[in-house]
Amino acid sequence: MTAAAAYPPGGWPPDRRAASTGTGLWAFMGVATALFSLFTLAYAMRMDSGDWSPIAMPWQLWLSTGLLVTGSACLQRAASAARGDHPAATRTLLGAGGACALAFLGVQLWAWQVLQAAQVMPAGNPAASFFYLLTAMHGLHVIGGLAGWAVTARGARRAAGPAFAWRVALCARYWHFLLAVWVVLFATLGWLTPEVVRWICGTG
Amino acid sequence: MAYAEDTSHHPQSFWTRYVWSQDHKVIAVQYACVAIAVGLVGVVLSNLMRLQLGFPGQFQFINAERYYQFVTMHGMIMVIYLLTALFLGGFGNYLIPLMIGARDMVFPYMNMLSFWVYLLSVIVLMASFFVPGGPTGAGWTLYPPQAILPGTPGHDWGIILMLVSLVIFIVATTMGGLNYVTTVLQARCEGMTLLRMPLAVWGIFVATVLALLAFPALFVSGVMMLLDKTLGTSFFMPALVSMGQVTGYKGGSPLLFQHLFWFFGHPEVYIVALPAFGVVSDLISVHARKAIFGYRMMVWAIVIIGALSFVVWAHHMFVSGMNPWFGFFFATSTLIIAVPTAIKVYNWVLTLWRGDIHLTVPMLFTLAFILTFLAGGLTGLFLGNVSVDIPLSGTYFVVAHFHMVMGVAPLLVVFGGIYHWFPKVTGRMLDDRIGKLHFWITFLGTYAIYFPMHYLGVLGMPRRYYNFDGYQFIPASAHALNTFITVAALIVGVAQLLFIFNLAWSTFRGRRAEPNPWRAASLEWQTPETPPAHGNWGPQLPVVYRWAYAYSVPGAPQDFIAQNAPPEAGGQEPQPHPAPARAKGAIA
Repeated sequence: MTAAAAYPPGGWPPDRRAASTGTGLWAFMGVATALFSLFTLAYAMRMDSGDWSPIAMPWQLWLSTGLLVTGSACLQRAASAARGDHPAATRTLLGAGGACALAFLGVQLWAWQVLQAAQVMPAGNPAASFFYLLTAMHGLHVIGGLAGWAVTARGARRAAGPAFAWRVALCARYWHFLLAVWVVLFATLGWLTPEVVRWICGTG
Repeated sequence: MAYAEDTSHHPQSFWTRYVWSQDHKVIAVQYACVAIAVGLVGVVLSNLMRLQLGFPGQFQFINAERYYQFVTMHGMIMVIYLLTALFLGGFGNYLIPLMIGARDMVFPYMNMLSFWVYLLSVIVLMASFFVPGGPTGAGWTLYPPQAILPGTPGHDWGIILMLVSLVIFIVATTMGGLNYVTTVLQARCEGMTLLRMPLAVWGIFVATVLALLAFPALFVSGVMMLLDKTLGTSFFMPALVSMGQVTGYKGGSPLLFQHLFWFFGHPEVYIVALPAFGVVSDLISVHARKAIFGYRMMVWAIVIIGALSFVVWAHHMFVSGMNPWFGFFFATSTLIIAVPTAIKVYNWVLTLWRGDIHLTVPMLFTLAFILTFLAGGLTGLFLGNVSVDIPLSGTYFVVAHFHMVMGVAPLLVVFGGIYHWFPKVTGRMLDDRIGKLHFWITFLGTYAIYFPMHYLGVLGMPRRYYNFDGYQFIPASAHALNTFITVAALIVGVAQLLFIFNLAWSTFRGRRAEPNPWRAASLEWQTPETPPAHGNWGPQLPVVYRWAYAYSVPGAPQDFIAQNAPPEAGGQEPQPHPAPARAKGAIA
């Protein structure tokens, strides 16, 4: 029986242990969503003060966004390839997904460097403080994802079958989550203004 | 998955069996031991505070700075490092897999890491006693701006270690919490539907969900305050002059911190209370030999209380000032949460009604909990009203309220739970006479401490004060009452040594316990071995056919029917479930 045939239809996990990992990941994503939601709320509440001075987003953030989109797409295709029992394609796409995430971190650091060169420091302007804090928190979650990705990638040479395919699918799910969080953060950091916050809160 | 395949973390040596163990039962005991040890530190700190209040100026080493440090560390230790850790890490770890018929937590390695990270958080916290300036004295709420400014004890290293310790603790809680939630959702044995789970599991499960969603708020506030302290950011710090010096801070919002803190802080009350509710429900049912009254209502009450706990936080901030409509909203939501809570109390009482009540030590603690929670809950109704809260908020009335409702009441459940499950954990009974002595001193003693505090609060005696010299409005009788409270607190504090002695002595010398000494129906008492071996159930997992409350079933040969007894034994829940089908992917 091929791995593809053994893989249950509809993307269901192959066994109870795999299902547990999937549920655990959903739960973790719930916790991380709560965390970033609260950071974002704090950002919005802090905006409404006299010392707030918006900072220009460095162009590197568009590049990092593109990298995260690409990584997410690669891992989605890797999950499909693993489910279809195409090990070579799985390995390539899995590697590409991880490499994109690594490159994302590098570009984020580059963006930090650009801001620091422009004298945008963590202390002082609260907009800058939040920028560094939120990008750092997101980066830590990417690093955590890379740890899980590394475990999956290490097993890519010898592993096949539904359990491996499920692990790749979980990596893809987490990468989509990282992308969604980043898009919200980027939009918040770049385009949320005190006027918008006041309009939302009805205090404008 | 076969049993043999599922035993990859079978311990092979002393170290893997007792130290780096991945067995949920060992991890539970590790959590409990550390939590109780750090809790004893908290008790000592409270007694030191009481010495100052009862005998002001008599103990030279308790100066104002140290007093505030004792207050802060006592509060944080008891709420976070004792109660949260003990209910979730201790009771949760031990009970969830056994009560739902699982072999272990679904992520045993992460479970082990959770304990060690928790231990690290405790070590970091305790280290603050030994750094220059000592631990923080900012009060357990750590409000900025004073928490990180000169003038507050421990403003240098103490507050940093406190915040770092909290962040580490949250990491540990998250690792544990993900495990508990996933285990409940994915590892229940065949026939164990969600509505057959014992209420203890329901309480711990919902409390864990609350912890997973509420602790991020503490994480956010902790990290941001840490950056305010170390990097000089101004998330929470406004422009101000400190000790005659203009600080570099500007524009930060202390109110933002308060919102974040209490968005965590109020669910935290229920993170402690919900497991207590669940445990109490089970203890009442077992020791009154009667099915819990209104099981489904109890489950829904737990869930609704959990949900509502996220929309009441600002009742802790009435004195901080807010739009009157917000005050109205939070007062209303606070009073609404009393409805499901009252349902639970009624159901406990109705379970006791005409029950075959056995006044065992666990039952004594359980009954004491109901009384204490009721008293503490009723004063909560006062404080939930803005107009009553504002004059009382800064007084000992609040101290009495929250100690009754979320200090003493949950601790009574902790004691009851330990007396109840100790035979399963160790295979030995705790000594009954010492247990009763411990109970009566603790129960009566805590009432001697906290009942008079309500009166002091109504008199207007302010809390948080180091001493009360020169306050004309405080009568001499209030000082006498303070002395009385201190004596009671010292007695209660020392009495806890009885409990520690009982634990230590009974672990090795206690009377050997039968596998099911309380004749309980829930699954943890049906293990093939006592204490349960690694893997809990031997080669075959149990199959469940009924709820956990089949007591005094008419016509049954015994006054209880175990959850895994064959279906023909009867005792099904009031709204029976269909016969258990083979659970999806069940572990054989």
